[in-house]
Amino acid sequence: MSEPLLEARHVTKSFAGVRALRGVDFAVHPGEVAALVGDNGAGKSTLVKILSGTLAPDGGEIWFEGRQVTVPNPVAARELGIETVYQDLALAPELDPAANLFLGRELVRPGPLGTLGFLDKAAMRRQTNKAFADLGIGLQDTGAMVANLSGGQRQSVAVSRAATWVSKVVFMDEPTAALGVVQSGKVRDLIRRVRDSGIGVVLISHNMPEVMELADRIEVLRLGVRVARFRAADTTMEQVIAAMTGALGNEDVA
Amino acid sequence: MSEIREVPPTATEDERADEPRGIQAMLRRRLTETTTWTFLILLGIVAGFAVLRFEQFATVFNFRNIAAEASALLIIAVGMTFVIITAGIDLSVGSVVVFSGVIAAKVMLGIGGEGWGAIGAGLLAGLVAGLAWGVVNGVLVTKARVPPLIVTLGTLGMALGSALLITGGIDVRGVPLQLTTTIGIGQLVGVPYVVIIAALVTAAGAVTLSMTRFGRYTYAIGSNAEAARRAGINVDRHLIKVYGLSGFLAGLAGMVSLARFATTTIGGHSTDNLAAIAAVVLGGTSLFGGIGTVLGTVVGVFIPAVLQNGFVILGVQPFWQQVAVGAVLIVAVYIDQLKRRAQERGERR
Repeated sequence: MSEPLLEARHVTKSFAGVRALRGVDFAVHPGEVAALVGDNGAGKSTLVKILSGTLAPDGGEIWFEGRQVTVPNPVAARELGIETVYQDLALAPELDPAANLFLGRELVRPGPLGTLGFLDKAAMRRQTNKAFADLGIGLQDTGAMVANLSGGQRQSVAVSRAATWVSKVVFMDEPTAALGVVQSGKVRDLIRRVRDSGIGVVLISHNMPEVMELADRIEVLRLGVRVARFRAADTTMEQVIAAMTGALGNEDVA
Repeated sequence: MSEIREVPPTATEDERADEPRGIQAMLRRRLTETTTWTFLILLGIVAGFAVLRFEQFATVFNFRNIAAEASALLIIAVGMTFVIITAGIDLSVGSVVVFSGVIAAKVMLGIGGEGWGAIGAGLLAGLVAGLAWGVVNGVLVTKARVPPLIVTLGTLGMALGSALLITGGIDVRGVPLQLTTTIGIGQLVGVPYVVIIAALVTAAGAVTLSMTRFGRYTYAIGSNAEAARRAGINVDRHLIKVYGLSGFLAGLAGMVSLARFATTTIGGHSTDNLAAIAAVVLGGTSLFGGIGTVLGTVVGVFIPAVLQNGFVILGVQPFWQQVAVGAVLIVAVYIDQLKRRAQERGERR
């Protein structure tokens, strides 16, 4: 197996005395979908927040492309090529989809107007329409506020934002939770396409059939530690669920 | 239940197929915006007064008068628009108007004489004083994490108290006459300088808010500050700039006021903050942040200004203006709330 792209080693984190992560290990390789599964409270979201720069770890190491790194904030993660689809989507509801897609990375006009910070709204709109077309999102009125979109459309905006900017690793925290059948299918296609372009995809999902369908590898967290790793192709859903619930404690099956 | 109610994408697309696109969609959005109907209200008020008292009301002289009267408030309200769009509030503006007026007048008198040197130095000092209060507000809101309502309530008292301490509570008179005869009451091709200043500030504010990155960040922070932070926007720094802008514009309004009245009007600005907030909200800016326009604020400033002027001309007690504006304000926020509730229902769909 190739060198891990992003790796957590013995990462710990406590909240007010509660040990959310008790020395957790996790790795994602280029061009694979690594599913991160576990019951509620296993520490999935905490780990993702640490690796994407929104939480600081108490201890442990983060390795990226073979060197030790720190991810003190989301901008640092972004500069490493790491994008995240947050469970709460992190969209600005009063802005339109294009403004959300380019949030913090606005395109400015060429020349002196650009130096003054004048936005190139037409270019951003164009690229957004293209990104949505790629994802198969049909938005008739791309000038409408995100608040006026359906839950599924909003989730699609968040997913296509991450897919647009990612260059190394993308975390997807429940990326299809609010989607209908057709749109989740499109997001799954997108995830495969992103993976096939050599990007490491970390999928956090409670939807076990989806995990079994999409993941190349499955890493199971339980009570703040990794308790098992599976190669998806050689694994049954029962084995994964057994590991999640503690019936099976088998580190390194893969 | 929620699974069943989830609308499949195909149905959504069918549903939306007959929705208007492009310009029509934009028009439909415009019609549902608060700004549009407050603008219609303003037009209605103007038309009403024009019909009732055409000769006195609909004259260049009268409109010029209304605009000059409203100029200082308009300048303050432009800054307030930015602050409220970030979901903040700035109660200190009226006190900052007084404080920077006092500083400017003191500097002018201190240097002495009638020259532009003294006037220029005084104006500069007044603007810097306004900016400084704004930055203090911004730093306290972002770094000390004290809510803007409390921070600016505190600086409201501090700025006014400081102005009273400096002057002993007596208005500073005797600023250079040149300031009043030129900027204060002077005109350029029939348009008072103070109106030109207010118009330039308004135009610059409108362009900045709607067309630049600074404006985009202002909306984004008011809409979802956490999302803005995760997107790499330096939220604290931007908020300090926004409060700094509000303070600076309050300082500028202080200079306009000083130029018009040739004296520091210490007692005359205690309700400027509420007038500016009312104007901004009337103009369709949401107190919850993320929504608003400078153009709407212009409308919101002129509704009370025109009502006041028209009632005086009609011989109606001008106190009715306060009653009318209060009622319109409540209706404007009520409609904003209705829209929000409809949106939240949409979220749970």
